[in-house]
Amino acid sequence: MAPGAAAGRPPGAGRLGAAGSPAISLRGVFKRFGAITAVNGLDLEVPAGVCFGLLGPNGAGKSTTMRMLTAQTLADEGTIAVLGFELPRESKQSRLEMGVVPQLDNLDVELTCRQILTVFARLYRVPRAERHVAVLRALELANLVPRAETIVKELSGGMRRRLLVARGLIHRPRLVLLDEPTVGLDPQVRQELWSLIDGLRADGVTVLMSTHYIEEAERLADTVAVMSAGRIIAQGTPAELVRAHAGEQVLEVYGPPERLAQVGELASEQGWSSRRSGPAVAIMRAETLDGLAPEGVRRPANLEDAFVALTGEEIE
Amino acid sequence: MSSLAQPETAPVARPSSGVRRVGRLEPAALAGVMSRDVAIFGRYWKATTFSSIVQPTIYLLAFGLGFEKFAPHLLHVSYVPYVATGVVATAVLFSSAFPGMFNTFIRWQFQRTYDAMLAAPVDVEELITAEMLWVSLRAGVYGVAPLLVGFAFGLAPEWGMLLVPLIGFVTGFGFVGFGVTVAAIAKTIDNFNYITSAVLTPMFLVAGTFFPVSSLPVGVRQVAYVNPLYHCVQLVRDASLGNLGTADLGHAAVLLAFALLMWRLAIRQLGRRLID
Repeated sequence: MAPGAAAGRPPGAGRLGAAGSPAISLRGVFKRFGAITAVNGLDLEVPAGVCFGLLGPNGAGKSTTMRMLTAQTLADEGTIAVLGFELPRESKQSRLEMGVVPQLDNLDVELTCRQILTVFARLYRVPRAERHVAVLRALELANLVPRAETIVKELSGGMRRRLLVARGLIHRPRLVLLDEPTVGLDPQVRQELWSLIDGLRADGVTVLMSTHYIEEAERLADTVAVMSAGRIIAQGTPAELVRAHAGEQVLEVYGPPERLAQVGELASEQGWSSRRSGPAVAIMRAETLDGLAPEGVRRPANLEDAFVALTGEEIE
Repeated sequence: MSSLAQPETAPVARPSSGVRRVGRLEPAALAGVMSRDVAIFGRYWKATTFSSIVQPTIYLLAFGLGFEKFAPHLLHVSYVPYVATGVVATAVLFSSAFPGMFNTFIRWQFQRTYDAMLAAPVDVEELITAEMLWVSLRAGVYGVAPLLVGFAFGLAPEWGMLLVPLIGFVTGFGFVGFGVTVAAIAKTIDNFNYITSAVLTPMFLVAGTFFPVSSLPVGVRQVAYVNPLYHCVQLVRDASLGNLGTADLGHAAVLLAFALLMWRLAIRQLGRRLID
């Protein structure tokens, strides 16, 4: 990967909409599928120029939210604006200036890398004279120059994902939506994608990334919004979220199952926020515990602690 | 990377500049969607061309051999123009209805190509229109193949034959729209068997393709008149054999109405499924 491959453009210069207006704004958005309410009164504002992480467990409504931003899913209630355009009416206009990297691989398996990128350069209205350079730039971005004439069927999983990302960046969008960008990838490919995303932010591109990987959000996002059951339940920088919801320290108590059960009981008696964490019980805000605190290992609180405290859900 | 020359102007206009207003059925969007079809076609054009030549050859040989045995004196002179023009219509039917059903279903449900395209500045109307245009253009061009084969069997060239690609295009546009509509309603790809056996096969036989509609019982004949393929057969035959008359305006009107109706129906039905 070549992070910062889109260099040559000063961060955010001339690429932002009206000064100070958010890149994405959702207000009171609801979306129901039959009896299921996927998005339940969502309010979300993504400022221009930041990397914004939408963190939530599976089924929290992240993908539905992403699809609503391209008007591929229509909200039942509420208002959505993307890059200053009102959705769904002006969605096509906003899609001109944004790139989308879907969670599911939807590449044309029968086409070559170059063909796919060329088709999307056309769809994104890259002028004919610039198309060739745009395709080359995207191939370089995805480290696929030697594979330009290879059909997708013959690419590895990591290469396909990189091509998927490059396809969404072919027109140098000022807003990029990444839906679970590294799900199912091996650690090395994940690292490559992370540096690519970081490079985008450095170029002033607004990034909205949904993920259920805590580490991904912690490493990349300037702001994280925690989504659960179709709405945002907390928002802030990763450090703010940790401080507000898990405190400074976590006490991890190890022991046989009976011991862990005892500690769990003690915690609920004392009103401590705690959770089972693998072979241990983790007690939040360990810095506030008095003499009753059991023996254990103290470690700094992290985003995972905050996430579990917020959603009540364990995460892989 | 940074050594690459950056374009003078950004590839996309700013919203504030108001330079690029997007509208309905933008040529750039249609061309973009069709460029994908062209790229895919580059991979299988040989097979398509092969079958478009071999199929009419087999029909003409089979009918020729068969009819000569039964009624050599009666049909020897006229079966070639009759069958060759009939095969034009069946070629158009199958090369548009099948892609309409199968390609649509596969690209939408299995490959998710349509999801990918709709995330780009392309709307449902443009996507479906472009797909239909491509299939019907191809059907119009390949619909001429049976006439070319017919020449080898002694069919006489006629100026009116120049209209055949246009007739094939309009008919194909209707049938691909029909296919897209079926794909939008189908639950699984196996559902297409119902349509193929119960709709397309009878449609192709009760259209005056290989034997005249006038030889059918009156009730069945009525069915033929509402069959768009019948009007395609008549129009192709009249144009190719130099018999164009006022009745052909009626045939053309039916085909145009059918194409228009199927276009809107396809957009409505598939649009409902693509955007939730």
